[in-house]
Amino acid sequence: MAPSNAEPTTDRLQGLIDDHLTLEGPLLPILHAMQAEFGHVPQAAVPMLADALNISKAEVHGVVSFYHDFREVPAGRHVVKICRAEACKSVGADGLAEATLARLGVEWHGTTKNGAITIEPVYCLGLCACGPAAMVDGKVIGRVDEARMARILEEAGA
Amino acid sequence: MKIYVPADSAAKALGADDVARAIIDEAARRGQEITLVRNGSRGMIWLEPLVEVETASGRTAFGPVTPKDAAALLDGTLAGLGPVESIPFFARQNRLTFARCGLIDPLSLADYEAHGGLSGLRRALAMDSAGIVQEVTNSGLRGRGGAGFPTGIKWDTVRKAQADRKYIVCNADEGDSGTFADRMIMEGDPFTLIEGMVIAGLGTGATKGFVYIRSEYPDAISVMQQAVSVARDQGLLGASVLGSGKAFDLEVRVGAGAYVCGEETSLLNSLEGKRGIVRAKPPLPALEGLFGKPTVVNNVLSLATIPVIFERGAAHYAGFGLGRSKGTMPIQIAGNVKRGGLFETAFGIPLGELVNDIAGGTATGRPVKAVQVGGPLGAYMPVSKFDTPFGYEEFDGQGGLIGHAGIVVFDDMTDMLGMARFAMEFCAVESCGKCTPCRIGAVRGVETIDRIGRGDAAAIPVLTDLCETMKDGSLCALGGFTPFPVMSALTHFPDDFARHKEAAE
Repeated sequence: MAPSNAEPTTDRLQGLIDDHLTLEGPLLPILHAMQAEFGHVPQAAVPMLADALNISKAEVHGVVSFYHDFREVPAGRHVVKICRAEACKSVGADGLAEATLARLGVEWHGTTKNGAITIEPVYCLGLCACGPAAMVDGKVIGRVDEARMARILEEAGA
Repeated sequence: MKIYVPADSAAKALGADDVARAIIDEAARRGQEITLVRNGSRGMIWLEPLVEVETASGRTAFGPVTPKDAAALLDGTLAGLGPVESIPFFARQNRLTFARCGLIDPLSLADYEAHGGLSGLRRALAMDSAGIVQEVTNSGLRGRGGAGFPTGIKWDTVRKAQADRKYIVCNADEGDSGTFADRMIMEGDPFTLIEGMVIAGLGTGATKGFVYIRSEYPDAISVMQQAVSVARDQGLLGASVLGSGKAFDLEVRVGAGAYVCGEETSLLNSLEGKRGIVRAKPPLPALEGLFGKPTVVNNVLSLATIPVIFERGAAHYAGFGLGRSKGTMPIQIAGNVKRGGLFETAFGIPLGELVNDIAGGTATGRPVKAVQVGGPLGAYMPVSKFDTPFGYEEFDGQGGLIGHAGIVVFDDMTDMLGMARFAMEFCAVESCGKCTPCRIGAVRGVETIDRIGRGDAAAIPVLTDLCETMKDGSLCALGGFTPFPVMSALTHFPDDFARHKEAAE
């Protein structure tokens, strides 16, 4: 979850594609690899993927845009996901989410002005018996209250 | 001294990593030799981080443990809970699928074998494919993902299909709120899933498997990937499974945040590298599944239960349960409860007993208002239905479903109109867009519930009619079952839909 700021060069993109071409159904693994390295799926990769997989650019774009995980631009330096699903709602996730968004002055999927934090909704982290749950850069946190969230945001540089 | 600190993500979410570090540091400071094992969770989430210390007299549990307790734990002065097996929540269970979860080192194949692992596979290796499938059929095992389709019948369809290549696909896209059993077993006992998939391969003639895990589960992904690599190194996977000459290998694949990919046909599209769009059935995936080849698509729990069925025999497994719901179900107790966690028990336990006795009621101490059973597509059950026994047909008869057996408890502060609205909103966000009742219906559903919320009672019959259309006209369970939470909220809690009207007037 800590992508480098490396510029996506054509060589590197092609390398990531070639690494996965022997897999059955390689597109999602390639997209994950690109996102892990660059924090998003670079636009330049679309025609390269279409060419390598013998599908249309529209099909590649269709896949990238279908899945919530794939970004067309990089997120903030830290990604905070707050669970919005039922089990967390039953123990106050709505209030936590509202307070967090208000504190940062952003909407869902928004990034703080200083680029430190992107806030995203997530529908279940499998922490349903210790909600409200959140995930910060891939690290899970349970029983998050507003005070805990304030510390998390502070550490992330909000 | 051997100390177990869970690496399960719920335990980590409650500070288990800090506890493990504090224990290691404290032991190092004292020059005391300890072995620290990162096990899975025993499933009692309210006691996590639950640390176990093994001495000559057995394992003693402590919890919830904080980093500050490290010194007392090593001194032997920390107040304990006794053996895990004597904690009432645990003692009342029948652990078959989860027997090893939390007990063993998840990535030690030797530990796995010492606790009964691989004996089911060894038995299966001595059987022919028809015999393997018959054993599954005899066990009465039904799909644990929610649909409850008999696993043996599905396997038999794949077994009889003629093809040059067949697949076993494990659906580990556990997106339902209130469910975490798939995650727990993958993090706590990954070899049982691998063994189950190998047996499925032997029974159906498939040589390749995929475990499709949702990206929201990074810990489960990591444990499964390590387990697959251990299994390959030690000959459980590969060209000759345990030296039998029969091949089976598998790959872990990661989802990308689409809830609908928990639906088997969109999962297959996703694995193929396409948009996770639902396919029309027929053709059944059992005949034309992944890349058009015959494919078993089973939930994690179905496959993870296979080894114990082969280890102890189909009759033993079928001896548990109620009516056509045979065996045990790992029930996940979640939401606003005093004691949440995983409770594996024979089918048949009444819902109220789970909520009031096992879970101890709400964490807030307020009265229970509703219990959503079976994830975001399951009905809200009112307290008046608490005598419903936990079983597929029994819940169906009450207008509900057990789904993946997650139960989420809500107290009397809950606004059911808000919950109904959320169900429609979720469906709108996650709809794959292929069929109109789901794609458009969910958006109209949110609007219609907002009208009701503003006091427009004339919108209630519109909502009811819309739910009928979604139920009858949707291609898959997302659009087809969203009416369950919506209509159950409307039917059982009409005051929450009328109160808004009075407020508006």
